[in-house]
Amino acid sequence: MRPRDVIGYGWGSLAGYRGRTLLVLLAMSISVASVLLLTALGEGARRFVLGEFQSLGTHMLVVLPGRSETAGGSFGTALGVTPRALTLDDARAIRRHPAIDAVAPLNIGEVEAQWRNRGRSIGLMGSSSELNRIRQWKMARGQFLPAVDWDRAPPVCVLGHRIRDELFGPQQAIGQWLRLGNSRCRVIGVFAAQGKTIDVNLDEQIIVPVALAQNLLNVSSLFRIIVGVRSQEQMDEARQFILDTLRRRHHGVEDVTVITQDAVLETFDNILSALTYGISGIAAISLLVAGILIMNVMLVVVTQRSAEIGLLKALGASRHHILLLILGEAALLSLIGAALGFAVGLGGSWAVRQWFPNLQSAPPPWAMIASVCVALGTGLLFSLLPARRAARLDPVLALQKGRG
Amino acid sequence: MIELENIHRDFQVGDQWVHALDGITLAIDDGDYVSVMGPSGSGKSTLLNILGLLDRPSGGRYRLDGEEVSAMSEVQQAEVRNRRIGFVFQSFHLVPRLTAYENVELPLMLAGIPPQQRRPRIDEVLQALGLSERAGHKPDQLSGGQRQRVAIARAIINRPSVLLADEPTGNLDRKSGLDVIETLEALNRDGITLIVVTHDPSLGERAARALRLVDGHIVEDRRRRPVGAASEA
Repeated sequence: MRPRDVIGYGWGSLAGYRGRTLLVLLAMSISVASVLLLTALGEGARRFVLGEFQSLGTHMLVVLPGRSETAGGSFGTALGVTPRALTLDDARAIRRHPAIDAVAPLNIGEVEAQWRNRGRSIGLMGSSSELNRIRQWKMARGQFLPAVDWDRAPPVCVLGHRIRDELFGPQQAIGQWLRLGNSRCRVIGVFAAQGKTIDVNLDEQIIVPVALAQNLLNVSSLFRIIVGVRSQEQMDEARQFILDTLRRRHHGVEDVTVITQDAVLETFDNILSALTYGISGIAAISLLVAGILIMNVMLVVVTQRSAEIGLLKALGASRHHILLLILGEAALLSLIGAALGFAVGLGGSWAVRQWFPNLQSAPPPWAMIASVCVALGTGLLFSLLPARRAARLDPVLALQKGRG
Repeated sequence: MIELENIHRDFQVGDQWVHALDGITLAIDDGDYVSVMGPSGSGKSTLLNILGLLDRPSGGRYRLDGEEVSAMSEVQQAEVRNRRIGFVFQSFHLVPRLTAYENVELPLMLAGIPPQQRRPRIDEVLQALGLSERAGHKPDQLSGGQRQRVAIARAIINRPSVLLADEPTGNLDRKSGLDVIETLEALNRDGITLIVVTHDPSLGERAARALRLVDGHIVEDRRRRPVGAASEA
């Protein structure tokens, strides 16, 4: 038999039993579409997070006090001694390396902000002009912190977009004096609206010089040191330099942790990929269900059409011919279902992109190939049993069944 | 040339063995016109099924044109059914969703004949059976006689040497039945071996050779005309 005839015959019998064919196509296309849509969403989420990380500024290192990779706890923690704090002098010390472009100290806390009769508690960041050299935040108005010595505390602040709206409403914020805790500072800049970012909600932050923040929060140590490295190739070199320098300054104890952005990125990438695989696995179960449905339908086909199968045998069809015809019909059914599901899945992820432009959802290529292969595979696999049953039909009995 | 040698066919019904065919030995010449008659359950349909390779004998040998077909594999037997044997059934057995043309096409499709070679052959056969006008009709749009003629067209499309008909007029009125039997006899005059199973004596008497089966035995074998002699209309 010719492939064209197998397809033509299968097509004819699918068209001959429309209701049943449409139901199976529906099941098959829903499952393929759900695999594509779910992987598209997972992939979109992954891309979103990775994009956010990349927007943190490339080549960034974060220094934090304490060793997180110590296994079993260090002597310090065992003796109840907190690790040595990071200081502004530590931050100054690691500026002196050719691979390092910028170093920004960082303190965070909460502070009460008040302007005229409006006040609220907001997130406070203390840092320096270098921070925005690394992070490249966009300003709506004015400027970022001035480049001054870190020990000096000029009374200035930069506001997040929403803080500005809430405190000043329609009035001009730049140049106004704002009460922060028990001191006052002048607004010199307002950030452009950032929307949700992954690390900090900048819209609800206020940034002041690091020395002012330390006064307001009554601390002398730093929360983090943010380091901008000149290039990707110099990351390891810079990291080693920081560790060496701080160990020397801390009397030979390695009590800081340096996180590269890549490590965080990789962790998130792994988590989100696992998530995508997980949900596509769940979606694949629906493919299995569709496969079982196809088996069911093909069993009914074999029973209903046993007279026809007997006839084909009488006309000279061998077992292989019957097997081929039934499997061809199942393959056609799964392929059309997969194609429909493909269209629905791609259309759905397109619609998601239209509604949520942030979420660049698109099914990854592996999911597209895999969903069609699994659809075809389950279709064929589950039709094997009905097809073999058809091939083994006794033509005499099969013909008698259809009599009358 | 069909040669059966001591053919047995046993069925188990419950805990009893039924001998549907009990040692049939028979030779049928090419171009002969044979009727097989007998009461219900005499084994005549089983004999036809074995002749048509739809059923395998429990014992004995079957040679078709000198070839031992009872020893062939399933695939080879399918090939023999396709090329050398045509079936005509009492209930026509047309595929309802296919047109007359497509029903006739089935054996050619199974034989793997290229589509462009099928059309002239199908057109020719439909023309010969007076069905050209009906080629595009589905079975439910055809009369009983027309349906059976479509089935005959399908049976002879691969130019078989043997045509097996199981009660070919059983579902037809008298006029259509006569029409169908004359069609079959015309094919026999053109050289095809025609074997008709029937319990209608008037039909059985038309054949050149009449066999009578009772309980799986041939009890009567009458030759009324020599092989190839025209049947009396």
